[in-house]
Amino acid sequence: MDDNTIICRCEDVTWGEIRKQLDKGYTTLDEIKRITRAGMGPCQGKTCQRILLRAIARYLNKKVEDIPISTFRPPAKPIPLGTLAGEKDD
Amino acid sequence: MIKSADIVIIGGGVQGCSIAYNLAKRGQKNIIILEKNTCASGSSGRCGAGFRQQFGTEMNCILARESIKMLERLTEELDYDIEFNQKGYLILAYTEKELAQFKKNVQLEQSLGIDAHLVTPEEAKEIVPPLNTSDVLAASYCPTDGNVNPLLTTFAYAEAAQRLGVKLYRFTEAQKIESEHNKVTAVLTNQGRILTNTVVNAAGGYAKEVGEMAGVEIPVYSQRHQILVTEPVTPLWESMLMSFSRNFYFQQLPHGSIVGGYGDPEHEIKGHDIGSSWQFVSTMAKKMTRLIPVIKNVRVVRQWSGSYNMSPDSQPILGEYPRLKGYYMSVGFSGHGFMLAPVSGKMLAQCILEEEIDLPIEKLDIGRFERGELILEPSVV
Repeated sequence: MDDNTIICRCEDVTWGEIRKQLDKGYTTLDEIKRITRAGMGPCQGKTCQRILLRAIARYLNKKVEDIPISTFRPPAKPIPLGTLAGEKDD
Repeated sequence: MIKSADIVIIGGGVQGCSIAYNLAKRGQKNIIILEKNTCASGSSGRCGAGFRQQFGTEMNCILARESIKMLERLTEELDYDIEFNQKGYLILAYTEKELAQFKKNVQLEQSLGIDAHLVTPEEAKEIVPPLNTSDVLAASYCPTDGNVNPLLTTFAYAEAAQRLGVKLYRFTEAQKIESEHNKVTAVLTNQGRILTNTVVNAAGGYAKEVGEMAGVEIPVYSQRHQILVTEPVTPLWESMLMSFSRNFYFQQLPHGSIVGGYGDPEHEIKGHDIGSSWQFVSTMAKKMTRLIPVIKNVRVVRQWSGSYNMSPDSQPILGEYPRLKGYYMSVGFSGHGFMLAPVSGKMLAQCILEEEIDLPIEKLDIGRFERGELILEPSVV
């Protein structure tokens, strides 16, 4: 994995950007997410959170299960505003 | 763990970090911030990102005006891109009563040098082209209102404060504040005891509890406010859209996502539950698609919530507790804490260092409730 490797595909966040935050002392998934937007896109981390957890664990020399994960919130997958508003399909 | 400090700030949100930065900037040493989780993990990082000067009280107008002047320079001052975006707030009037209030507000705002003015529904549509103006009587518009990234702003303050020598303790929870002869003497944390004569309650949603730790009764409560965000889409409009009578605020951020929420003080849970409800997301989607029909196919990717820390008059409580020397508060912002953080952080730093304060902080003291001198704000969501 080099600095140009994309970790979060939704928000185009590279390993280099994440490593920079780890170097600054931000060691939690939540801090890295809040600063870099990794995991904030349409998939809400369903693709990148595991990759990110493993990368943080490796950087900190810890086990993956010792890194706390972010809160998952509704909706489970993206839903159009019109559908949520109860609109019938056109 | 450090054994003593000149000033202990409880809360690593935007208030605590702004206070720490403003104190350190004035040369104060030995400042520490206690944060029970990580910076911006509470209300600061959950807010709607907006800042506005369109209020109904002189106090809020002046505080917001001064805060926004500081925000305009903050990216440069803190050497951190906080995504400052000044594209205005368009506040829609749907009732005659509301319009009468807006006329008063605009007059007040203009008298204070804020460039707000009333616009017709046609002019509103020029500002926000996809806007459905049906039932809109008029709108109040201020082009120097806007939004800024609350997460990055908090981290920017925290980093700038640390460069000036402030020590930030993450995962360190204040548990008790000790005092002798009505004077603060120490803060007990889950990592040990810190001797200090000055403590600042900047605990956001937990302000009341951090009062109780010192036996201080603060008349605030926390209440859940919910919010949602969509996927990023092509730029559609720039201003924040807001209504008090129809109860909503939402905007498209520079990033492309649309963020918004509404207040529901009658039904929303009081306390610290910050879960999400179906009621909120479906109601908010109806409000949004009615106002901007073109976004009906834009997908919601997340809903979340955070706490408003409500004071009896929806204005912050700032300053020292009169019966406990060295106990300072920056609490009760009632939903406006993020946008006021630059100015409130400076005011509190001036107050602690006994400098002359540029703004009337004495009117925001906790004693105003006993004196019956409340400053009721009519224009809140």
